[in-house]
Amino acid sequence: MKRARAEILSTRRVGAYRSITLVAPEIAERSRPGQFLAIAMPEGRAFILRRHFSIHQASRHGGWAGTLEFVVDPSVGAGTGWLAGAGAHEFLDVIGPLGKAFSYPKRLTNCLLLAEGRGAASLFFLAQELVARHKRVDMILGGRTLESVFKPVDAKRLSQTVVVMTADGSLGERGGILDALPDAVARADAEVVYAVAPAPTLRSIAAFCREHRLPAQVAIEERMGCGFGLCNTCVVPVATKDRSAYENLRACVDGPVFDPSRILWDRWLGELPIVPPTAEPVPAIPHGGGEP
Amino acid sequence: MTAARSLVVDLGGIVLPTPVMIAAGCGGTGRELVGLVDLRRVGAIVSRTITVTERVGADMPRIAESPAGIVWETGLQNPGLDPFVSGELLRLARGGARIVVSIGGGSLEEYVHMTSVLQGRPEVAAIEIHLSGRDDELDRDVLGAHPDRLNEIVGAVARMSLVPVFAKLPGGCDDVVGLARTAVRAGATGVTLLASPPALGLDATRERLRIGTVSGWLSGPALKPITLRAVFDVAQALPDVPVIASGGVRTGEDAVECLLAGAWAVQVGTATLTDPAAAVTVAQGIVRRLNAAGLTSPAGLRGRLRPPEPTGAESHPVSTP
Repeated sequence: MKRARAEILSTRRVGAYRSITLVAPEIAERSRPGQFLAIAMPEGRAFILRRHFSIHQASRHGGWAGTLEFVVDPSVGAGTGWLAGAGAHEFLDVIGPLGKAFSYPKRLTNCLLLAEGRGAASLFFLAQELVARHKRVDMILGGRTLESVFKPVDAKRLSQTVVVMTADGSLGERGGILDALPDAVARADAEVVYAVAPAPTLRSIAAFCREHRLPAQVAIEERMGCGFGLCNTCVVPVATKDRSAYENLRACVDGPVFDPSRILWDRWLGELPIVPPTAEPVPAIPHGGGEP
Repeated sequence: MTAARSLVVDLGGIVLPTPVMIAAGCGGTGRELVGLVDLRRVGAIVSRTITVTERVGADMPRIAESPAGIVWETGLQNPGLDPFVSGELLRLARGGARIVVSIGGGSLEEYVHMTSVLQGRPEVAAIEIHLSGRDDELDRDVLGAHPDRLNEIVGAVARMSLVPVFAKLPGGCDDVVGLARTAVRAGATGVTLLASPPALGLDATRERLRIGTVSGWLSGPALKPITLRAVFDVAQALPDVPVIASGGVRTGEDAVECLLAGAWAVQVGTATLTDPAAAVTVAQGIVRRLNAAGLTSPAGLRGRLRPPEPTGAESHPVSTP
């Protein structure tokens, strides 16, 4: 882990997102897929904490050696909005690489990677490393609209198949990444699943993988305080090795990549509501009068 | 001939290389800050607050930003006293910083037990008593807000302890001076002012609470004026008592303000979460000020505070109708 004052080499729009490339050789050479950066915000009352971004690319060789790329969703809040407006040659205070990386399967070869929105950024880095290890990669990319599906065209260069899902049907199939999971697993003969998505989606993916006895790794996108283990505020309840108890592990240093079968999802996100099997449609509440 | 300038401070028996400590809960477990800050240049690290038995901590979410601050609640997540002493404490000390252990509990027995276990451990330079938690025995919300209980707990810890003991007074209480006086009479070496005051985080757009436990605590720069007031009042009333300022210290200038107000040392907490080297850069800021003022030690800043500039006609011209 290193701290650097890193110059922005370039920024560019990628759909609804902004991709930022930094010159940070010491961080780039140590970075692995799944790890992230903690970036300081400007001085002022609006921003107290760093913002955290998974690493999209870390180039160790070639013309881009020593550069790092991460992806910002400007709609998240004021901090990411500020970062999305930063320009080339500005300097950022960056700490990284942080967290535990995805691990690569030794024997198994068919890897299914699925992500929602910006979460796909780290999966492209992972896909490259898997392909370099002669694994088969298939991808499912999702988003609300076509703009929020991350790099669907580039995905085709890395993976055997790419399924795109959008909530509004503006690109690919209408639906969420979960809807595409069973078919994709069958088609790709998937042996390992990697996923990055909001926690409720990961919970469903975890349930599917458990049911189908598929080993999986998920990277959680929990809001963090510091990002390097001090503040104990980004915890995830994870079962101990013998599964007799659980402990709240810090997503920043013990994650963000976890084995989803050891996460206590009910403890973390609350129990799922039980829907009565014969639920009647809820009648509309009549208006008191007049048109809405 | 002038004496050499030095940042060393003596807080009633604990000698620190600089007057800038890392506050409880922000110094990690001995692994996190390695490579990000030279811990030998940190005045001291206060451990996270340790309880007798393990605490798994509060439900998520645990942190939310607020203007010039953070609202947070970790629920004192910690491994429990024995695992702390055999693991985390040793790791923390290995970094080269002096270690102050923060102890918390809900009963007198717990405080007494922790103090006895920590005695004779060469890694423990001092004890800081966390007093903002619930009082399980007397069924009160804030244990340290009541002079009777403060006297009892601080008195027991101070009588048993072989190392200096600092009482960290709860934030948001009335009569800080009275509580400080009680703690010192009970035997505390000094006081840490103040623990985070209670706070709530809301999201108006989504109409939701932002902290899993509902209520939390406020930390960060927003606290500085409250810290200064508490430090100033206690230092005026108890000029010989070591006062450690905690809350809102982010820069060297913030620390100098605390020292001018009467603090003997300062703690940086939230600032460390953004800038892991904050304790060192704050100390450098103090050095610059000492050099500029021709002072040889941080203690020289105490007692230099003067009344405000007189409001004269020049600075505030009286407008005529």
